[in-house]
Amino acid sequence: MTIEELEQIAASVRAENAKFDHEINVCMGTGCLSQHSDKLKDELVKTVEASGKKAFVRRTGCMGLCAAGPLVLVDPEEILYQHVKASDAEAVAASLGGEPVAALQCDLREHFDQQVHVVLENSGKIDPEKIDDYIARDGYQALLTALTDMTPAGVIHQITASGLRGRGGGGYPTGLKWGTVAKATGDIKYVVCNGDEGDPGAFMDRSVLESDPQRVLEGMAIAAYAVGASKGYVYVRAEYPLAVARLTNCLREARRRGLLGNDICGTPFSFDVEVRLGAGAFVCGEETALIASIEGKRGTPKPRPPYPAVSGLWGKPTLINNVETFANIAPIIRKGGKWFASIGSERSKGTKVFALTGKITNTGLVEVPMGISLRKIIEGIGGGVPDGHTFKAVQTGGPSGGCLPAEMLDIGVSYDALLKVGAMMGSGGMIVMDDTSCMVNVARFFIEFCMTESCGKCIPCRAGTAQMHTLLTRICEGHGTMDDLDLLVELCATVKETSLCGLGQTAPNPVLSTLKYFKHEYIDHIVHKRCPAGVCNMETPVAAEFPGEVLA
Amino acid sequence: MQAFAPPPLPSDDKRWKIVNGTMRKNGFARHALIETLHTVQSSFGYLDDDSIRFVAKSLRVPLSQAYGVVTFYHHFSLKPPGKHTMTICTGTACYIKGTDKLVAAAEKRLGVPQGQTTKDGNISLMTARCVGACGRAPVVLTDGELQGQMTGDAMLAQLERWAVE
Repeated sequence: MTIEELEQIAASVRAENAKFDHEINVCMGTGCLSQHSDKLKDELVKTVEASGKKAFVRRTGCMGLCAAGPLVLVDPEEILYQHVKASDAEAVAASLGGEPVAALQCDLREHFDQQVHVVLENSGKIDPEKIDDYIARDGYQALLTALTDMTPAGVIHQITASGLRGRGGGGYPTGLKWGTVAKATGDIKYVVCNGDEGDPGAFMDRSVLESDPQRVLEGMAIAAYAVGASKGYVYVRAEYPLAVARLTNCLREARRRGLLGNDICGTPFSFDVEVRLGAGAFVCGEETALIASIEGKRGTPKPRPPYPAVSGLWGKPTLINNVETFANIAPIIRKGGKWFASIGSERSKGTKVFALTGKITNTGLVEVPMGISLRKIIEGIGGGVPDGHTFKAVQTGGPSGGCLPAEMLDIGVSYDALLKVGAMMGSGGMIVMDDTSCMVNVARFFIEFCMTESCGKCIPCRAGTAQMHTLLTRICEGHGTMDDLDLLVELCATVKETSLCGLGQTAPNPVLSTLKYFKHEYIDHIVHKRCPAGVCNMETPVAAEFPGEVLA
Repeated sequence: MQAFAPPPLPSDDKRWKIVNGTMRKNGFARHALIETLHTVQSSFGYLDDDSIRFVAKSLRVPLSQAYGVVTFYHHFSLKPPGKHTMTICTGTACYIKGTDKLVAAAEKRLGVPQGQTTKDGNISLMTARCVGACGRAPVVLTDGELQGQMTGDAMLAQLERWAVE
């Protein structure tokens, strides 16, 4: 495969598409599929054929606006239809070339216009199971350019210049990480893609893997070239069957096209990728735990250093990046690091995909430039809180993040700004809560999550989260005292300071942030024995005995 | 050194061949443990002592390590599932949209706590930590099929349909 051949494939796909007057894109991501968009697609194919119009029905990945699914986008007119049922297929087919179906039309300019799509540029526009569709949209150009025109150091230089930081949550500069792995000695190195999106309420990685898996693969291949690896692993959650299926198919297609395997594009560079399934452990998102899991062991973290960049998978230098990080690589190589650095804020470059969920009108996936204010995301793109309720808090960063109140809505979204106010970028979950949510209960929910997900290796996390859960339960049930609150704060500090890995170190964040911004709710629970949101049931009688001390 | 010969299949159940296939594909490497257990679970529905012993022996992994892995990961189950499985997502987005009420209603209807199967072996009630369909919260999986924006009534109706089957 050469650049010319790549362009030939792209040209033939474009020529094929040009034969049609219209393209009907049907979203077949997990959200829309659960509403039978597969049947809708079949029905559309049938009715379009019967109508005799020159239109092409395409299966695509996620279009983002899961709340309005199933979604259908008619190109080139760019008409978006929402809540389309199989029975509407006839109306859609009949409207082609004429007036759009008004009853189904979705007009959410505000939702889409403020977004900047880099990672999601192909989502909802290509068939995720066809590699040629990806190639027709400049796919694999970056890989071929890197292999033929750039040195590994040159690739790393571009990534460093782009200012890209790890999208898994930590925000470690990607270029620096690549440089470390490239410098590490050893003839065998690995590239690992972290798709263990355990953070509840986040689904960016699932969506990217379902909608545009080739992009992730291309990013991994470029990374492998840059650091000198020849083998890669994608670690995906078993809870994402569709993502796994599309990824497996995408690997097969890439091998068929000679973009994976030995001597890619006639260069000495060889690279192959295997999929590894997670088995339902949140802690496996931590890199050393993920490595243990790929090795077939219990997913328990190890102390760092040595960092995986030096000694990772089977003791070899290993580059681990998140799905979204890899998805950013191809555009950076294609358009240059400077272009990427021109998007975003001072120290957080580029865009970020957020999963906007909870009590918000337009739930779904959004991609925005870094530095945009939370208010713009929630009130503008998200459409605000529905049903006449009022906004109370937004939770970012999952179980490691924090809850921010309305006063904080004007801060710009970036790694540092969020960290400063006690939240965290995390992988990109953004859960909006309204006045029907009790913040103490929310804190308890997250601590319960961390308690059950703690791997049990280190004591502060294993026993600390259990004790915190006991205290929070007591407060929620109306038996808490002010002393409990002090103890809780003390425990938070201990767990934060002394835990081995990120899970424990960040587990107290939801408690600390709710205590910082919503302390009055804790006081209400403890002193006035009432739950302002009416969530906690204070009627429960005092348990005969409190759960005993959880022993280490 | 004598070449390693994998143990014979536990029975002539065809599903063992699928399990063996996964191990062979990975060259009977020790790191294929989780992959193989996934195959066992998807073929048999759960992992029993015999299957864990067989996999451990085939991959030359200590039994303790195999059992340790099985019990570490939530995805693996040591008990056979019911005829039907109702999985309720308890991720954050679903929680905010009141999934705890769904769990309570289902527990009350079935008379078993989450994670267990009704006595007649008909319905298993499970919870999941986020299935990634947060845009459709609250979601449940009925026999693995995702259903979004679930209400208590719709869920109970589904349980009812299964119960009278």
